[in-house]
Formats: sequence, structure tokens, C-alpha cells
Amino acid sequence: MSEEITKSSEKTSQEKPAVKTETEKPKTIPVRRKSEVIVITSGKGGVGKTTTTANVGTGLAKLNKKVVLIDTDIGLRNLDVVMGLENRIVYNLVDVVEGNCRYKQALIKDKTYPNLFLLPSAQTKDKTSVTPEQMKKLVEELKNEFDYILLDCPAGIEQGFKNAIAAADRALIVTTPEVSAIRDADRIIGLLEANEIKKIDLIVNRIRMDMVKRGEMMSIEDVVEILAIDLIGAVPDDENIVISTNQGQPLVGDNSLAGRAYFNICRRVLGEEVEYLDLNDSGFLKKLSKIFKKSN
Amino acid sequence: MGLLDLFNKKKTSGDYAKDRLKLLLVSDRANCSPDVMEQIKNDIIEVISRYMEIDASGLDIQITQTESEGGNGTVPALYANIPIRDLKQKAKPVK
Repeated sequence: MSEEITKSSEKTSQEKPAVKTETEKPKTIPVRRKSEVIVITSGKGGVGKTTTTANVGTGLAKLNKKVVLIDTDIGLRNLDVVMGLENRIVYNLVDVVEGNCRYKQALIKDKTYPNLFLLPSAQTKDKTSVTPEQMKKLVEELKNEFDYILLDCPAGIEQGFKNAIAAADRALIVTTPEVSAIRDADRIIGLLEANEIKKIDLIVNRIRMDMVKRGEMMSIEDVVEILAIDLIGAVPDDENIVISTNQGQPLVGDNSLAGRAYFNICRRVLGEEVEYLDLNDSGFLKKLSKIFKKSN
Repeated sequence: MGLLDLFNKKKTSGDYAKDRLKLLLVSDRANCSPDVMEQIKNDIIEVISRYMEIDASGLDIQITQTESEGGNGTVPALYANIPIRDLKQKAKPVK
């Protein structure tokens, strides 16, 4: 176990310059781990925070980063199910914070990526079981070992939200092109700014280009204009998301439109400049595949 | 924009959503109650009416966002649209 950790940490430190310069031979100078703590939040529930956490985390692991996902939604844990790791839970976040176990005992290694870990939430406790100070302390410890610490934030702006943002350096705001979701996102952005989280990026989720074309859905540009923060990616409303959640296997990096969109977001999180996907071809491809399915 | 849009200038539901949100967020951000806005409106009418004849029913005030002159993003601004009925100064009754 410990050998594996050092191995993968060497790997990640080698990969860091490679991403920036895009040269074929990465330098082998070991870089001291500079971890980034990202909170994934939205205000409104059901807009895709957990799906986004799972996919961005898995994507970063795919890009050779050492990643830990923390489910901070105490009482309503979900990230374990989306990751397909629900059967492996022994200890949880509250156990770690209360000192019932060491954090390494609670971390669950991903099925596919050995450099990806999940710290599950507690199902039987409530949100007041953890304080922002305890979260900060835990994240500080995790920084020694991980490149990226992703915090899946619960809906709302109460204790659970405060816990999730306490230790964050940056935030990914997930919203859908709906009035209610955007309104809540705006409120969240205000709260994050008040808590001095300077880097806030926007993910517009579940966009349907066919509806945007008809004028029956706000466009990505509309949402960005209203919220006035930087866009880091848009994810189409893709049925493959449902399928991947059914299977407990994040789709990031696969050939689906959502899979490609999420992988691009991961690369942008690392600071790469990636062209935006043309989400328009979804309708065409869908129609085409439907025709083929019918003829079969 | 499709060809249909050229003929059909009706507001789509997406437009409605955007307009509603813009107004909603302004009041959310400003934390300014409709009561206060009404007071501001009445005060503006009172002051401007001293100098010219205005259409009080057509007066529209909003707190919106505008590009700051310093070029550092958007800043909140009080926008007031005050229709003037008669530009000439109201002839005051001579004593």
C-alpha cells in the first residue's frame, strides 16, 4: 500500500510539467505536492453536484493525479453509490472526525484507478456532527497525500454547506439552465465570495441544445452573462449519465457527449486550454443512432 | 437563429426565463424590498417634478448591473427611466 502511494506520487509529480508544456518527455524533477481543494456546490438540489464530483474526480485520476473525494452530505450519502463503492464502506467521515479511526482506514480505493479514493459520508448522523474547523483540520492532513481534494457539498446553505466550503481553495458551481437553479447559484456565489473563495468556475449542466435552438431554454451564454463568473464547461443532458449512474461507473472520458464534456472540464481544472465541445451534434448523432437501431 | 425566428418575433420561454431572472437577481443581490423601491420612486417623482412635468405613471426604476468605468467588471447601478411630458420649466405663478 505505502509503496503504491509513493509510486503514484512520483508519477503525478512527473506529470505536472507535462500538462503545461505538452512536451513528450516529462522532466523527472520531483515537485513538492501542491494540492488544490475544490468544493462542488450549487445551492439547489438535484442539479448534478454528486455526478459532477464523481466525474471530475475520476477524470483527474485518469489524468494521473492523486485524488480524494469527500462526501460532505452527512445523513444523505450518495457519492458512494454514484462511484459504485457502496459495498466497501467500513468507516466514514464522522468516524474520522470523531477519532474512531484514522483517515486511511476510512478511505476507499476506487475500482478502476488506484490513485483515486473516496471518503464516504455517514448515513446515520446529522450535519451538526462535523464542524468547519474539523473539516479544515482533516483537509490539511489530506493535503500531504493528495493532489486534488474534491468536496461534494450538500444542497442548501446551512451547516453542511459551511463545512464543505470551510477548507476550499476554489469552487465549481453546478447549475442547470433553469430559473430556480440559477437563482440559487447566484446566492451561493455571493456566499463563496463573502468567504473569500476567489476562484469560482461555472459548470452549466443538463443543457439541451434542441431546446436552446427553439428558444425554450436559456443558452450557456445567457447563464454565464447572468451569473457573471467564468465558465469551465457545459455538460449536455445525456441519457448516458443515467446509465452510468445505474452501473456505478462514472462516464468521464468515454465517447459519449457528456463523457467528453466532463473530461474537457478536468483538463481545464488542470489549467489546460481546451476548446469547447460542439454540443449541437448530439441531436444529429442521436437521430442517426436511432435510425440504425430501428433498421436492426 | 432560425429562419422562423425572423417571422416569429414572439418572446420565447427562454427569453422570459432570462428576463425574470435578471429582475429577480437584482432584488436578491440588492436585498432591497419593494417597499423601499416604492419610496425611492416617490421621492424621485417629487424632486424631478419641481423642475419639469413628468409622467409619474410611466416612471420605472431598477437596480441593475452595469459595466464599471474603471473596467473592473460590473457594478450595481440605479437605473431610472423618467418620461418627460413637458421639458419647459413649469411656469411658476408670479407673485
